[in-house]
Amino acid sequence: MAANLTLDDVRRVAALAHLTLTESEVETFAAQLGDILDWVNQIQATDTAGVDASHASMPTRADAWRDDVAVPSLRTADVIEGAPDAVPAAGLFRVPSVF
Amino acid sequence: MPDLPHTAAALRAVVADRTVSAEEVCRQTLERIAALDGRLHAFLHVDADRALDRARALDRLKVPAGPLHGVPIALKDNVITRDMPTTAGSHLLDGHRPLYNATVVDRLERAGAVIVGKTVCDEFAMGSSTEHCAFGPARNPWALDRVPGGSSGGSAVAVAAGLVPIALGSDTGGSIRQPAAFCGIVGLKPTYGRVSRYGLIAFASSLDQIGPLAHSVDDAALVLSVIGGHDPLDATSAAGQPFEAAGGRRDDLRGVRIGVPRALLETGVAADVTAAFDAALGVLTDLGATIVTIDLPHSRFAVPVYYLVATAEASSNLARYDGVRYGVRAAADSLGAMYDRTRSAGFGAEVKRRIMLGTYALSAGYYDAYYRKAQQVRTLIARDFDTAFDAVDLVALPTTPTTAFRFGAHLDDPLSMYVADVFTVSAPLAGLPAVSVPAGLSSEHLPIGLQLVGRAWDEAGLLRAAGAYERRTPWAGRRPRVLDA
Repeated sequence: MAANLTLDDVRRVAALAHLTLTESEVETFAAQLGDILDWVNQIQATDTAGVDASHASMPTRADAWRDDVAVPSLRTADVIEGAPDAVPAAGLFRVPSVF
Repeated sequence: MPDLPHTAAALRAVVADRTVSAEEVCRQTLERIAALDGRLHAFLHVDADRALDRARALDRLKVPAGPLHGVPIALKDNVITRDMPTTAGSHLLDGHRPLYNATVVDRLERAGAVIVGKTVCDEFAMGSSTEHCAFGPARNPWALDRVPGGSSGGSAVAVAAGLVPIALGSDTGGSIRQPAAFCGIVGLKPTYGRVSRYGLIAFASSLDQIGPLAHSVDDAALVLSVIGGHDPLDATSAAGQPFEAAGGRRDDLRGVRIGVPRALLETGVAADVTAAFDAALGVLTDLGATIVTIDLPHSRFAVPVYYLVATAEASSNLARYDGVRYGVRAAADSLGAMYDRTRSAGFGAEVKRRIMLGTYALSAGYYDAYYRKAQQVRTLIARDFDTAFDAVDLVALPTTPTTAFRFGAHLDDPLSMYVADVFTVSAPLAGLPAVSVPAGLSSEHLPIGLQLVGRAWDEAGLLRAAGAYERRTPWAGRRPRVLDA
């Protein structure tokens, strides 16, 4: 797999990750991420036919099932107090308009 | 007032029998931090008033609060604390005050520990040097021009310099063990699921685990016994038998088989590290252990696998930092622009790089080749350990291929910093417990770590062997000279 990253590839990934990069960041990341991808490509040589990709091999003793019982949570007033912007009287976070 | 004991266990004893008050211990701790932290920068935040209040409250108790009664402790700044700021080393969380405590914080305080502050870490625990902390790096007390390791570097410095006897870090690919090795102390990454991550700021959820940094193996065991155990608030924390510190010391290792994956050690290891590792194997042999050559054939892919899995999980975990609910927000006139600007201004370069890599590895057309493939190789890495543990009880490796490097050595070439994680990433990929213990000093008088990896849930066996090694060697008692100046 060719891992050469174009500047447009970097811009596309940045958009997916909700990052706005400067042109110099785009160039730096294209080179650095290209090197990193070239290097991680060594794993392609491993024979993984039929190998489970899950965490089946992870140690676990957790029985993740529990009863679905409502318990007290954080108070809305406390939560929005730490927000960058909120309307406390309405108990809501406030954000810029979507459009 | 004579010097206080260095270890948590000894300090607890003198506070519990009222030879010295918890308040006095706390005061001396704060004085030492005030005197030395200007040079070390281990701490991002110290709350002297809160710590003294806690200590005085402990002194008023009729019976000791628990196994850490009066013992000062520092927390890596990705462990959230209700009464103290928590930034995870990121501008994005500058000034953030969480609304609740991590489970480990509540458990430590119930056991009588006195939390003195929050320590420097690489931003969101992404780094091996603390150079990626948005608020400046910590400095290695053995050589102030060198990194302490990371990402739990501030916690390692705080312990190594004697500012606190114990600290918590978190380990995703080596972030407890590597700084412990660089700073000449003990660092333990428990089995995945041993310690609740409720309130640990998530980096890579299939790998992250909280653990202690300490002066002795016994202290690491003591802290683990306090913070470990099932927590209903973390579905990945394991039910079942909790870890108990009083598992019994042993000063011989007769019958213990220790595997050495020789093929992994053939290239890239500094001569001083190889010499110290070989000497450590000699000590383990003298203690009665049998050294066996083993093969972990897929561990040579562990670092690339780690950097795909961890960054993929990070790209998802860090999506929550959007400027809506907490942290810092950048001004913008639309919601989408606000997200983008907040994240672009708030995250540092290394975090952006890893989010980008992880996003790429998960993106359409690349998922199978990168993320899925990495998870498959991860399974093979874990299976290699399963096979090895049929023949041996522990695996021994150097913790790091070199001693602590100078500031700036890898900053322009992130890949060169990643490859140095070669000996620490396999254990978390397989979920296994691993400990780094001091194993000597290089010709430049820099600490070297011996790493032992154990079977899942066998911290008791792991720490028994590490403790026997520690007591047979002089390294755990060495203190950095730079602080005497």
